[in-house]
Amino acid sequence: MEENIVTLTIDGETVKAKKGTTILQAAKQAGIDIPTLCFLKDINEVGDCRMCIVEVEGRRGFATSCIQTVEEGMVVHTHTPNVLEARRTVLDLIISNHAKDCLTCTRSGNCELQTLATKFNVLHVEYPGEMTKHKIDDKSPALVRDFNKCILCRRCVATCKNVQGIGAIDCINRGFESCISTVGDHSLNDVNCTFCGQCIEACPTGALHEKETIKEAWAKLKDPDTYVIAQTAPSIRVALGEEFGMEIGTNVEGKMVTALKRLGFNKVFDTNTGADFTIMEEANEFVERFKKVNELPMMTSCCPGWVRYIEENYPELLPHLSSCKSPHQMFGALIKSYYAKKENIDPNKIYVISIMPCVAKKFEAIRPEMQTQGLYDVDNVITTRELSRMIKQANIEFTKLEDSKFDVPMGEATGAAAIFGTTGGVMEAALRTAQDILTGEDLEKIEFKAVRGGKGIKKATVNIAGKEIKVVAASGLKNARTILEEIKSGKADYQFVEIMACPGGCIMGGGQPIKSAKTRSEVDVRKLRANALYSIDEKSTIRKSHENPILQKIYKDYLGKPGGELAHKLLHTHYEKREKYNFET
Amino acid sequence: MEKENKQCDCKKERDLFLENLFQEYLPEKDNLIQMLNEIQEHYGYVPMHVQKELSEYLKIPMAEIYGVVTFYSRFSLEPQGKYKISVCLGTACFVKGSQKIMDRLTDRLKIEPGQTTKDGLFTIEQTRCVGACGLAPVFTVNGEVYGKASVQKLDKVLDELINKEKQTS
Amino acid sequence: MKTLEEIHIIRENKRRELDLRVNTKADTREKHILVCHGTGCTSSKSPEILENFRRILKEKNIKNVRVIKTGCFGLCAKGPIVIIRPEDTFYAMVTPEDCEEIIDTHIVKGEIVERLLCKDIDGKKVKALDELNFYKKQKRIALKNCGVINPEDIDEYIAFNGYKALEKVLKEMTPEEVVDVVSKSGLRGRGGAGFPTGKKWELTKSAKGEQKYVVCNADEGDPGAFMDRSILEGDPHTVLEAMTIAGFTIGANKGYIYVRAEYPIAVKRLDIAIKQARDYGLLGKNIFDSGFDFDIEIRLGAGAFVCGEETALLESIEGKRGQPRVKPPYPANAGLWGKPTLINNVETYANITQIILNGFEWYSSIGTEKSKGTKVFALGGNVNNIGLVEVPMGTTLREIVYDIGGGIPNGRDFKAAQTGGPSGGCIPKEHLDTPIDYESLKEIGSMMGSGGLIVMDDTKCMVSLAKFYLEFTVSESCGKCTPCRIGTKRMLEILERLCNGEGEESDIYRLETLAKNIQKASICGLGQSAPNPVISTLNYFREEFKEHAIDKACRTAECKALAKIGIDEEKCKGCGLCQKHCPVNAIIGEGRDKRRIDQSLCIKCGTCIATCPFHAIV
Repeated sequence: MEENIVTLTIDGETVKAKKGTTILQAAKQAGIDIPTLCFLKDINEVGDCRMCIVEVEGRRGFATSCIQTVEEGMVVHTHTPNVLEARRTVLDLIISNHAKDCLTCTRSGNCELQTLATKFNVLHVEYPGEMTKHKIDDKSPALVRDFNKCILCRRCVATCKNVQGIGAIDCINRGFESCISTVGDHSLNDVNCTFCGQCIEACPTGALHEKETIKEAWAKLKDPDTYVIAQTAPSIRVALGEEFGMEIGTNVEGKMVTALKRLGFNKVFDTNTGADFTIMEEANEFVERFKKVNELPMMTSCCPGWVRYIEENYPELLPHLSSCKSPHQMFGALIKSYYAKKENIDPNKIYVISIMPCVAKKFEAIRPEMQTQGLYDVDNVITTRELSRMIKQANIEFTKLEDSKFDVPMGEATGAAAIFGTTGGVMEAALRTAQDILTGEDLEKIEFKAVRGGKGIKKATVNIAGKEIKVVAASGLKNARTILEEIKSGKADYQFVEIMACPGGCIMGGGQPIKSAKTRSEVDVRKLRANALYSIDEKSTIRKSHENPILQKIYKDYLGKPGGELAHKLLHTHYEKREKYNFET
Repeated sequence: MEKENKQCDCKKERDLFLENLFQEYLPEKDNLIQMLNEIQEHYGYVPMHVQKELSEYLKIPMAEIYGVVTFYSRFSLEPQGKYKISVCLGTACFVKGSQKIMDRLTDRLKIEPGQTTKDGLFTIEQTRCVGACGLAPVFTVNGEVYGKASVQKLDKVLDELINKEKQTS
Repeated sequence: MKTLEEIHIIRENKRRELDLRVNTKADTREKHILVCHGTGCTSSKSPEILENFRRILKEKNIKNVRVIKTGCFGLCAKGPIVIIRPEDTFYAMVTPEDCEEIIDTHIVKGEIVERLLCKDIDGKKVKALDELNFYKKQKRIALKNCGVINPEDIDEYIAFNGYKALEKVLKEMTPEEVVDVVSKSGLRGRGGAGFPTGKKWELTKSAKGEQKYVVCNADEGDPGAFMDRSILEGDPHTVLEAMTIAGFTIGANKGYIYVRAEYPIAVKRLDIAIKQARDYGLLGKNIFDSGFDFDIEIRLGAGAFVCGEETALLESIEGKRGQPRVKPPYPANAGLWGKPTLINNVETYANITQIILNGFEWYSSIGTEKSKGTKVFALGGNVNNIGLVEVPMGTTLREIVYDIGGGIPNGRDFKAAQTGGPSGGCIPKEHLDTPIDYESLKEIGSMMGSGGLIVMDDTKCMVSLAKFYLEFTVSESCGKCTPCRIGTKRMLEILERLCNGEGEESDIYRLETLAKNIQKASICGLGQSAPNPVISTLNYFREEFKEHAIDKACRTAECKALAKIGIDEEKCKGCGLCQKHCPVNAIIGEGRDKRRIDQSLCIKCGTCIATCPFHAIV
C-alpha cells in the first residue's frame, strides 16, 4: 500500500483517498454527495454554513467535512438521524433569514439554497423570526446586490479578496447583524469594485446578479426605425449551450446565430472580427514600442475590469497600457462608421448590442471616451445569461435549432480571434501577427503553447527575428497585481503583458452561465470552455488576424494603415487615474 | 444597514496625530487593531477619512477595515456624546437590577444603547462588567463609577448634568 | 540589566524589608498601610485615600510608615479596603475623610479605629483579615501576591520568590522536565474547558516548526467575572514569569498577552511590569545567561467576547475580525500566523511558578481526583460577600455561598447559582453540596467556566435569566457560522415571546430542539455552549417555563408583561418601605396603613417586592 493513501469508511463504503483529501472529496469518490453551501473549491473552504457536517466515530461533535481531512481507519457517517436533524435545522435557520421570493428571483432554478430546500422538502420554516433588512444596491451599471437574499456564505468575499485581491466587499457588523457589504455600505459603484463580476459567479443564491438591460433590447428589436445589430464575443458560443442543458464546452455558434436572427436582429455579426482588428492595432503598437523601447512592457487593454483596476490602483503605470479599444468597442465604432457608410444607413439609427461574457463591459460601453462623433460605439451590452433569457422568452427551443452563419461582411474572423476568450489567447494571437510584421515573413509556427493553460501567471520567451521577446499572460486580478508590482519595482524584464481580470479569461467571465459549487468542484469548467475555443482555432483555415480578408479590405478601403489617423480616431482610446473610493469621507 | 455618513469636523489633512501614529507602527496588517484603538481614543470615534488613510498605509482594503471597526464594540463610527453614560449589564449588576437603570436611561434620553442624543450631549452604552461587582449595580459617566445605583440616583445625576448644561448655554 | 547575583541580593534584602507584610510578629518598627487598588476599590476612590495617607503622614512628619498600593484583597463588597501591617488590621469601606483618623488613632496612638472594622456575617467585628469567615476556607495560590505586594514594583515581586522559578527552569531543568512537572501537577486550563495544561505544553513543544509563540489569554469577557483582571492588576510578573518558562519549554521566543482594552489598570500594570522585567534582563536576550531569548508584547482587545475563544483571539492578534477557526487543526500545531502556538489563560499561568517551586506533589495534593489545585471565583449577585475567592477544587457550592459568601442578603432564599457565565448553567438548591470540579459541574449541566459565580435569590425569574444570557450571546456572536448567528437569535426570540406572554407550550419543545442542534453544529465554544443556560434552566426550572407559556404568569414578577403585583393585606405591616422605594409613586397609603398598588401607575419593576421585609408583595 502506498504510504500517502489512507483507507476509511464512509456510510459503510470503503474508500481509499490520498492523505490531505477532505472528507467531502473522499465521499465524492465513493459517490456520496454531502451537501454544502459555503464551500467553493480552492476559494472558500472555511466551514461556516455547517451544512456539510458529518459524524466521525470516536470524535466529539460533528466534523466539518469540507475542511477536515481523512485519516486512516476513519469511520464517517453522513446521514445519521443526528446529522440529518442538525443539517435540517441549519437549513431552516438559513431560510428563516432569507427573502423567500423564489418566483421573483433571477436564480430560481439555479439556486443552491433552493436545491437544498427541495432535497429536504422544506414545507414550512420551523424557526421563523426577525429578518435582516438591506437596501438593494443597483447604482452601478454592471452589478446589483440584493443582500436580503444573502446567506453569509462569504464565497463572494473570498473571491473578491483572495482570488482577485480587491476586497471591495467584506463581512461587516457582528452576530445576527452581520452582512456582506462595502465600506460604509456604499454602492459598489463608488468603491474599489472593478465590476469583474466574479462575485456573481460565486454566489449560491440571487444576492448578486448583473444589471439586466434586456428590456431596452426588446424595445429596440421591435422598433421598425432602429437597425439593431448583434455582435457576440468569442466566449459566448462555447458557454451559451449550458443554459439549455448542453454539455460544458459545446460550441453552439450556429444555433446562437440562428437564435439571434429569430430574435429579430437586423444583422448578426461576430465580435471575433473586431478582435482581429484589435490584434492588428495592438501588434503594430507593440512592434512600434518594441523597436523604440518605449513604455515597455506593453500591456493589453481589452479587459474593462482590468482597465478599471489599473486606473484605480496603479495610475502611474497607465502609459504601459495599450491604447487599443477592446474588440467589441472597435467593432461598434466600425459598424457605425464604415459599415453604416457602406450600407448607407444613418448611424443614428443603428443600435449595437454586444453579447458579452462580462458585466464590466456594461460599464465600458458607457465610458465617455467610447463615443465617436457623439455616438456611443456600443448601445447595449447583455451577458450570456441575459441572451439565454431572451431566447427562452422568445419561445425558441434552442437545442432544436438549425445552424446558420454570421452575416457578411462583418462576420468573418480568424482562429486567432477565437482564442481571445481565454487567458493567453490575446497574447498568442498578437504574437502570430507581430512575428510576421517583425520578420516580414509568413511564419509557420503559430501555436504558443507556453501561454496556454489555466495557470494564473504564464511566462514565456519567444524568439522572433533573432530577438528574444519575453512575454507574460496573467489572469485574475491578484496575479495582475503581482505583475504590476514587478513592473513598478523594476524587476520586470518582459516586453509584452496580457492581463484578463477573470481567472481563466473571458470564458470564465462574470456574465457567463453560473456553475454550482458542486459542478465547479467536479469539472474543470475553464478547461472545457477553453478547449472549445482552441478547437475553433485549430479548425480555422485562417489563423492569423492580419490575414483576415475583410480586415484587409477595410484597412485598404477605409482605415488606411494600422495605427494611422482614422484608425486612431476610431479604434484607440485613453485612460485616466480613477479614485478608488468615490464618496465623501 | 442604513447608516448616515456624517462629515467629521476634524481636519482633512493628515494631522499630527496620524503622522505620529504612522511613525509608531510599521505598515503591518497585525497592527490594525492596535492603531484603531489609538484612533478611537484620540478622536472618540474612527472617522471615515482616517479609515481611508489607514487603508493606504496598511494596504488593507477599506471594506476590511470597516469590517473590523464594525466587529469590535469598542470602535464607533460616529462621534460620541459629551457625556458617555454606560450601564453595566454584567451578570452581577443585572441580578441587582441594572436593567431597570438602563430602561430608565433610554426612556429619559429617548435613545437606544449605542446612540447619541441629537444635541450631542449624551451617549448611552451598555457594558459588560466594569469590574466593580462589589458596588453592583453600577453605571459610569465618562468613566466615573456610580456604585450601588438606583433609578433615583440616575435621575439625580442626569438632572445635575442637564442643569449644568442649561446654565452654561 | 541585573546579574543573577544581583537578583539574589535584591530578593534577600527586600524579603527582609517586607517581612511585615506576611508576618504579624515581624521584627520591625515600620508600618505599611496597604490600600487596595483593584478596579472595584479604585472606582470607589482608593487612589484618593492613598494620596491622603501620604499627604497627612508628610504633614505630620511621621516616619517609618509607608503607604503601598496593592492588588485586590478579594472582599470587594467591603471596599475600599485598607490594611495595616504587620498587625494585619483590616479596615473596610474607608473613605478619603477617614485617613486622618486612621493615622491619628491607629498609627500614632496604636489604637484600633473600631468603627471602620469590618462586620462579619455573624455581626461580630473582625480585626484581622484572616479572622474573616470570608478568608477562612480560601487557599491562595494564583492570588498569593494579590494584596501583599505592590504590583508596580518588581523588587517586591522578587522578594516573594519572584523569578526564582524561571531561574530554576533555566539553570536546572530541561524542557522535558518542565512538561513533566506541569503534567504531573494535574493543572488544567482555567479558562473554562479544563484541558490538561501539561498536555497542551507537550503538544506545542513537539509540534514541528522553527517559529513558535506563547500567548496569554487575558480577554476575560464573561459578564460578572474578574479573576484574571485581579491577577494582572495585583501580580503581573507572575504571568510574565510563567510565559517565559512556557517559552523556554516549547521553544518560543515571543509571547503575546491579549488583554481587554476595558481593563486599563491591568494594561498599565502589565506595561510597567514588562518594562521593569526588560530592565532587569528578565525579558530580552540571553536571560540569566542561559542563551534563551524571550520577549512579550501586549495586544489590546477591542470589545468582543468571542475573542476569549482561542482561535478567535489569534485572528484578532493578526489584526482581523475575531472569528473562530474550525478545529482541528489546533493552535498547538497551527496557531498564530499558522505557527505552533501555546495559549493559556491568566489564571493557568498564575499557577505555574508555584508548581515549579513547590513541586507537582504539593500541587496535586490539593483538590479532587481529576481536578487539582485551586480555582478562583468571582462571587457576585445576591450574596453578602461579593468578591474574589480562591478555593481548593472540591469545595462545595454551599461552602462558597454560605461560609465564604455569607449567605443571601435580605433573608431571601437561595434559588440557583450560575457558573460559567453565558456558557455555563445554573445550579439549583438540590446541588448545593456538589463538590466543585470540572467533571461534577459538567454532570449537573453547568461548567467550570472561567470562574464567574453568580448567586440568585428567589426573586429571580429563571426564564428571564435564560433570556438575559441569550441576549448576551446574540450580541456577542461573531456571526460566522449559521447555528450561532441565526439560531441563538431565534432562541432569544422564543424566550422573548415567553416573557411577554406571547408564547405557547410548543415553544418549549422548539427551544429545546433548537438548543440541542446549536450545541452540536456550531463551530466554536461560544456557539456550542450558548444554549447551556437555557438547557439547564429548562432542566431544573421547567415549571417556570410552563407557567410562562401556558398560564402566562411569572411567579417573580420579573417579566413585566406577566407580572401581577399585589400586596397581601395579611402580611403587610404598613411599614411604607415599598412606598419609599417605588420609582413611580404607585403605592398608596399613609402612616401604618396597609399599602395598596395603583395598577394604573405601576410599571411592574419589582422594586417593592425586593424591598418588602415581610414578603407581603407578590
